[in-house]
Amino acid sequence: MSFSFARFLPYKLHIQKRTDEVSRWLPLATSVGAIVLAFLISALILLLIGGDPIRTFGYFFNAAFGSWGALSDVVVKATPLLLIGLGCGLAFRMRLWNIGAEGQFYIGAFFASLVPLVPLVNMETTPKFVILLIMGLLGMLGGGLYGLIPGWLKAKFQVSEIISTLMLNYVAVFFNNYWIYSKFSDAGFQMTPMFPKSAWLPRLADYARQVKAFSGITLHLGVVFGLVAAVIIWVIITRSRWGYEINLIGDNPQAARYAGIDISRNIILVFMLSGALAGLAGMSEVSGVVHRLQERISTNYGFSGVIVAWLSKLNPFATILVSFLFGALIVAGREIQPSGLYFFIQGMILFLVISSDVLLHYKIELVRAAPEERK
Amino acid sequence: MTITSKEQTNAVEMRDIVLRFPGVLANDHVNFTLRRGEIHALLGENGAGKSTLMNILAGIYKPESGTILVNGDRAVFNSPKDAINRGIGMVHQHFMLVPTQTVTENILLGLNDPGFIMHLPRYDQKVADLAEKYGLKVQPTAKIWQLSVGEQQRVEILKTLYRGAEILILDEPTAVLAPQEIQELMETMRLMVQQGKSIVFISHKLNEVKRVADRLTVLRKGKVTADGIGLENITKETLAELMVGRKVLFQLNKNPHTPGDVVLDVQNVSALNNRGLPALKNVSFQLRKGEILGIAGIAGNGQSELAEVITGLRACQGNILVNCKQVANQSPKRAIEQGTAHIPEDRTGVGTAPGMALTGNMIMKSYDHAPISQKWRISYTAAREFASNLKEKYNIQAPSLSTQVNKLSGGNLQKVILAREISCGPTLIVAVQPTRGLDVGAIEGIQNLLLEQREKDAAVLLISEELDELLDLSDRIAVIFEGELAGIFPTEEADVKTIGLLMTGELRRQE
Repeated sequence: MSFSFARFLPYKLHIQKRTDEVSRWLPLATSVGAIVLAFLISALILLLIGGDPIRTFGYFFNAAFGSWGALSDVVVKATPLLLIGLGCGLAFRMRLWNIGAEGQFYIGAFFASLVPLVPLVNMETTPKFVILLIMGLLGMLGGGLYGLIPGWLKAKFQVSEIISTLMLNYVAVFFNNYWIYSKFSDAGFQMTPMFPKSAWLPRLADYARQVKAFSGITLHLGVVFGLVAAVIIWVIITRSRWGYEINLIGDNPQAARYAGIDISRNIILVFMLSGALAGLAGMSEVSGVVHRLQERISTNYGFSGVIVAWLSKLNPFATILVSFLFGALIVAGREIQPSGLYFFIQGMILFLVISSDVLLHYKIELVRAAPEERK
Repeated sequence: MTITSKEQTNAVEMRDIVLRFPGVLANDHVNFTLRRGEIHALLGENGAGKSTLMNILAGIYKPESGTILVNGDRAVFNSPKDAINRGIGMVHQHFMLVPTQTVTENILLGLNDPGFIMHLPRYDQKVADLAEKYGLKVQPTAKIWQLSVGEQQRVEILKTLYRGAEILILDEPTAVLAPQEIQELMETMRLMVQQGKSIVFISHKLNEVKRVADRLTVLRKGKVTADGIGLENITKETLAELMVGRKVLFQLNKNPHTPGDVVLDVQNVSALNNRGLPALKNVSFQLRKGEILGIAGIAGNGQSELAEVITGLRACQGNILVNCKQVANQSPKRAIEQGTAHIPEDRTGVGTAPGMALTGNMIMKSYDHAPISQKWRISYTAAREFASNLKEKYNIQAPSLSTQVNKLSGGNLQKVILAREISCGPTLIVAVQPTRGLDVGAIEGIQNLLLEQREKDAAVLLISEELDELLDLSDRIAVIFEGELAGIFPTEEADVKTIGLLMTGELRRQE
């Protein structure tokens, strides 16, 4: 690992594979370090192009956390990322590269929207919680079924899930558009009419009459879905028999087969749950934020969710924190010009956190070079 | 290379070599001298540092301190290329050959000559001449995949000779060979030293070392315990003691035991290998309670596939009955439910989940029933208790139950697998190469565990390439060659020569 000029230096980097056990906190420490470093590098770039990093980041911070309204926006943005991140994280644990969350999100949103659009139940007389329950279940069903397709193809015919999920994303978007334009269009626009209020997830703003501070706060119930899902996923992967099977397959599929585990069945089940969570995110978005089905309900949540899952190292509780951070970046990014900075920071974080994994597997030391090597 | 002027100097001198890996001192001030024209055996258990030392000599690792002299001159190797330029060539245990290319093409790979346009026939002749000179029988135009393991090894040796190696390092070359091939290799080695080459022969098989080597060096835990001593008065026992650091008994507790009912009944089984070629051809045999049936054969003759069809991991034609229940073409779960334990050939690729903790690996076969499984959940309290009992009972050396098993040594990893498999109370044990790559002390322990299971009336199918092991443990021995069982006979009637001939297909005998 030495460059030719490096032999003239009195020190050299010594890179060695770790054979000892790493502390439980090291993954957290390297990730936090990488995020801090990403902001430092962004600051440096800002400085180089003549900006003022301290003021910019101050503005950034304010835009995301400066008021209850802003904070609520952050959580609203974080909600779909959390649900999708959890689903992708579960699939990634089994080394199933589900990058089809975007499509599963759309199909989930579509299935949920059928309840008020068709309508499947009487929107006037049915109790609100029943409507929302049906919408939530249909959203999960839609996403789950859409996850079943690549899962089944993978399990039965070893079709690469990377390709199939990626392609199915496009199918889902156009499928959605077809129904919006052909059947449910609101006067020919690329959106459906607004859902009746009985199909809206409760928001804090709805209680503004009782609690004054809630007025204008758009935070909706979807975030609770995300938090509950995080706990459930955590219980599955750390406490359940199914979770043990998932972890074993993820670590060594050959060993799992040898232990008598049905891998095909698990691929399908994990894909369906992963899709169901993305589908629930879609339901939460149409019912809690947009209140109608339209062409663009996702601002690449499906892909950002993949990044969230990866950055949280597949840990459900870390997913909560990372999706919050990304929610903050999205909200702050709206306020900042040029808007490229948001993408730059996001890319930097991803790049550095993934590179920081090296530190978990290798030890890097600065050592004094032996004199005979410096000739 | 001028030899005459430096006749008196040693081919290689390594002085005070130190190399540290995290947590271990792999080489602790090691001295090693290779004289010109000798075969020098390098012995030691796994992890003793012999491969590390030779990797330093081959330029793969760099020592932290210490000096290397080649033909009396100071040498600093920054890469394997530097070592090759100084005439040092290493034949690794795992071959590095391109299966779809010819022998000549493999030998020329990476060289500057020939250039862009290859005129292969000319080089075929060169390779053939070189092979002739050292008695390395191999066809230059043959494709690698057509060759036996022994022939592939010859290609590896030719590769180093073609690059002008004067000093050859052979890393456990006999591990993959049949008895006759071992004999041929030894003759080649003798021929090479007669022509001025010097050879380092890494091994842990004491009798082979006694047969071929001139001098020997023993390493234990990174230190030299015998430095270039002669072989005249060395016994197997003293050698083992130098390697292990304590007396090794070479004593197996094999008591007479009468086999009972048939446990495993294999009837006319055929199967394909991963490349879709026939791997098993119409194999039939029976195995009884309390009996060890040894399967001898050179690697790649269908042994792995045989183990896989019995344990449900591979599809096949024919019938396989375990305790009178069909297990052929069922799931692996079905075989497990019939009491089949499997000690797989590939410990890290199949037998364990390397990134998982000790506990997770221990419960692989018992996670789905009580007390570890409780309805939908796993009781990790029960799992840890289960794992901790096994760890203690089988004396598994690991810092804790949450240690990832990829941090364990080969011997301890194998003990994890054995402990787990035996804990299920198996009626049938399929053990594939259970002692391969383990050190003398660990081998003894694992062989005694298998014998113990035999006395507990388990049926054991022992697939091994170590003939000595099969002769020591088995009640009956069958030889497998190109997917066919070439004979089954009681161990008392077995003789090494016949088995060797059956293994290479030169003699076929029906039961």
